[in-house]
Amino acid sequence: MAKSKDDVSFVRSQLVEALPPPITEVGVLGWMRKNLFSSITNTIMTLIGLFILYLVVPGTLNWTIFEAVWSGTSREACTTIPQGGALPDDWNAACWPYVGAYLKLFVYGRYPDAELWRVNLSLFMFFAGLIPMAMPSVPYKRENIIFMLGIFPVVAFILMSGGNLNLNGFLIPETIFAPSEFKFWIDFLVLTAIIVGFVGWYMKATATDPKSAMKVTALAMAVLGLVLFSMAFDFGLESIETPLWGGFVMTLVIAVTGIVASLPLGILLALGRRSDMPAVSLFSVIFIEFWRGVPLITVLFMSSVMLPLFLPDGVSFDKLLRALIGVALFSSAYMAEVVRGGMQAIPKGQYEGAMAVGLNYWQSMRMIILPQALKIVIPGIVNTFIGLFKDTTLVSIIGLLDFLGMINLSHSDSNWATPVQALTSYVFCAFVFWVFCFGMARYSLFMERRLDTGHR
Amino acid sequence: MRKTILSAAFGVAAVGLAVSGASAATLDDVKAKGFVQCGVSQGLPGFSNPDEAGNWTGLDVDLCRGVAAAVFGDATAVKYTPLSAKERFTALQSGEVDILSRNTTWTATRDTTLGLNFAGVNYYDGQGFMVRSDLNVKSALELSGASVCTNTGTTTELNVADYFRANKLEYEIVAFEKADEVVAAYDAGRCDVYTTDQSGLYAQRLKLTNPGEHVVLPEIISKEPLGPVVRQGDDQWFNLVKWTHFAMVNAEELGITSANADEMKGGDNPAVKRVLGTEGAYGEALGVSNDWAYNIIKQVGNYAETFDRNVGPDTPLQISRGVNALWSQGGLQYAPPIR
Repeated sequence: MAKSKDDVSFVRSQLVEALPPPITEVGVLGWMRKNLFSSITNTIMTLIGLFILYLVVPGTLNWTIFEAVWSGTSREACTTIPQGGALPDDWNAACWPYVGAYLKLFVYGRYPDAELWRVNLSLFMFFAGLIPMAMPSVPYKRENIIFMLGIFPVVAFILMSGGNLNLNGFLIPETIFAPSEFKFWIDFLVLTAIIVGFVGWYMKATATDPKSAMKVTALAMAVLGLVLFSMAFDFGLESIETPLWGGFVMTLVIAVTGIVASLPLGILLALGRRSDMPAVSLFSVIFIEFWRGVPLITVLFMSSVMLPLFLPDGVSFDKLLRALIGVALFSSAYMAEVVRGGMQAIPKGQYEGAMAVGLNYWQSMRMIILPQALKIVIPGIVNTFIGLFKDTTLVSIIGLLDFLGMINLSHSDSNWATPVQALTSYVFCAFVFWVFCFGMARYSLFMERRLDTGHR
Repeated sequence: MRKTILSAAFGVAAVGLAVSGASAATLDDVKAKGFVQCGVSQGLPGFSNPDEAGNWTGLDVDLCRGVAAAVFGDATAVKYTPLSAKERFTALQSGEVDILSRNTTWTATRDTTLGLNFAGVNYYDGQGFMVRSDLNVKSALELSGASVCTNTGTTTELNVADYFRANKLEYEIVAFEKADEVVAAYDAGRCDVYTTDQSGLYAQRLKLTNPGEHVVLPEIISKEPLGPVVRQGDDQWFNLVKWTHFAMVNAEELGITSANADEMKGGDNPAVKRVLGTEGAYGEALGVSNDWAYNIIKQVGNYAETFDRNVGPDTPLQISRGVNALWSQGGLQYAPPIR
């Protein structure tokens, strides 16, 4: 009985089906073993973490959601029996109808009801411009940036304040020419002529093409004139003074102005600080160190309390404007240092390479250095933005009613005064701030990954 | 003022600064701009606080509305500037506001050194104590060894120190920055006594877990006459603000209310007729129309009406008139006659 070769097989001709991995290595259990209980220390940490969650989460959820009051019209809705309400004795949870009743005030401040569409339209334009700008896949970036930095601020200013500025002229002495809007434009033309002439003279002295520089200057002045003209034009909008602004809209106004102004100013200051020209460099250093050395609260306080005393009798600046300038200058100093950090991280070879291919200073900065430097410091820039966004709440010490100021103000309404009033509103405030700051942080992470072209 | 934002956009000195009324004749400036700029608090229940709709209400606010009614015959011609305690006097000195009606205590220093004048007292306040009723304390003199919750950096802290030292009592101060924190600490039992101005005690009582378990002690340890403030050196405006308050007090004394002002106008009582402007020319002397007091009473109400509406027994604050009753009812509110 000879066995053919085929009858005997010691080796499987096919691979055996792979066994499923042990149950302790896959799925939820595996993940937990690997990540939560991999060692004794890890297990202890996990248990402590779970215990902390157990302590915090149910209480928080109960306070904010399950036991909270959701409807009502006055403090009676959120008070216990001894306080004059109907809730059980040991009740302690959020009082959301109070936030609901004050929501309009928290968001818009005391802006008149009939004119709220102007704020809404501005907000809509802001987000409609911001969202496509933030998404890399959307085309028309250049137009979008021009809209956001050029058109939107002017339109928003006219919408929110009512425009119709009173321009009186500034140059020719009043004894020669009575102040009027006409005089302003005469003055403006004279100023334009002087500036263009000066630029031409300066450029001639430094032996470059004076014609094109003069053209650019004249164009810039024409744009400025157009902006001024539209701000002074009477669109028939009712004028809304800044004391009526407030709430979250004011927080946004201050934060956005600070952010938009601080980035270009900060870049210029950073360039100035690294400049070879002693005057420019010294000025930048003094500016940056001054603003960084003074607390923001002092800047705001000076602007609001001291400045009016220095101004001549009867002359006053708008309080919001003073705060805006203070915040913008303050944050630009910080921004300058962040940007300088990025520029110092660029190897010297990049500077030399840029020079070697014949680029002038501005070209090399614009095309070689800054794109790399800014990319490195995105976390720092966003960090400054988030800090600035939260610092805006400091303006409430000078009587501007931003989001937090409005919340504090609402505590004085005895119609809603309850033991949980302050806590409820602060939880709400913290949540709103968290949403915005977290959003900014996530976006910065996204941009970092996207721009990470692998120089590591 | 509206023009000033403009400099924001350019930051060029070129565009110029807005001019507001800080010159000597405030009344003329106010008439020219068409409204009264009123400095108020950043929220004090019953005195100046905005309601849910954002409208300012309160006793101090009503005084500003009264001034507007006297000048324009329109109590709504007021614009409010919320001011912090620190910046309030600067705002008045620099002309940012025309009246400071912000629960400001009239003291010698403020009256003499700040270039300001106090135009009367629209609320007599004083610092008081609140304790738990189960402590069985009947008088502040029994508070030896107590811990006292209060706000930092105000005169309340100083007053407590003075009072306890003068009466040789032991005490311990527990101070916080904000009123809400003080109440929370007191409510949580971190101290035995809560002290602040009495009007504040009534307002903050609403934020206690069990308001019924607390009593306000009878002692008042300081005098806090609160009133409107104007710039020194402008007697016409000073007079107008002063007499706005007096008109409201006189109206209460004579029984004129916003409801019966029209009726009383036709009556025979000469004192009433002088107040309501049907006899004499007292308004002209103040630089406003003769029915100035009528407008105040009709649109804002007499002193009793504003008191009851903002802080009185029917409001959540439930403050009784006490020393703020008319002089004829044992209180301190006394107005010189209009004649």
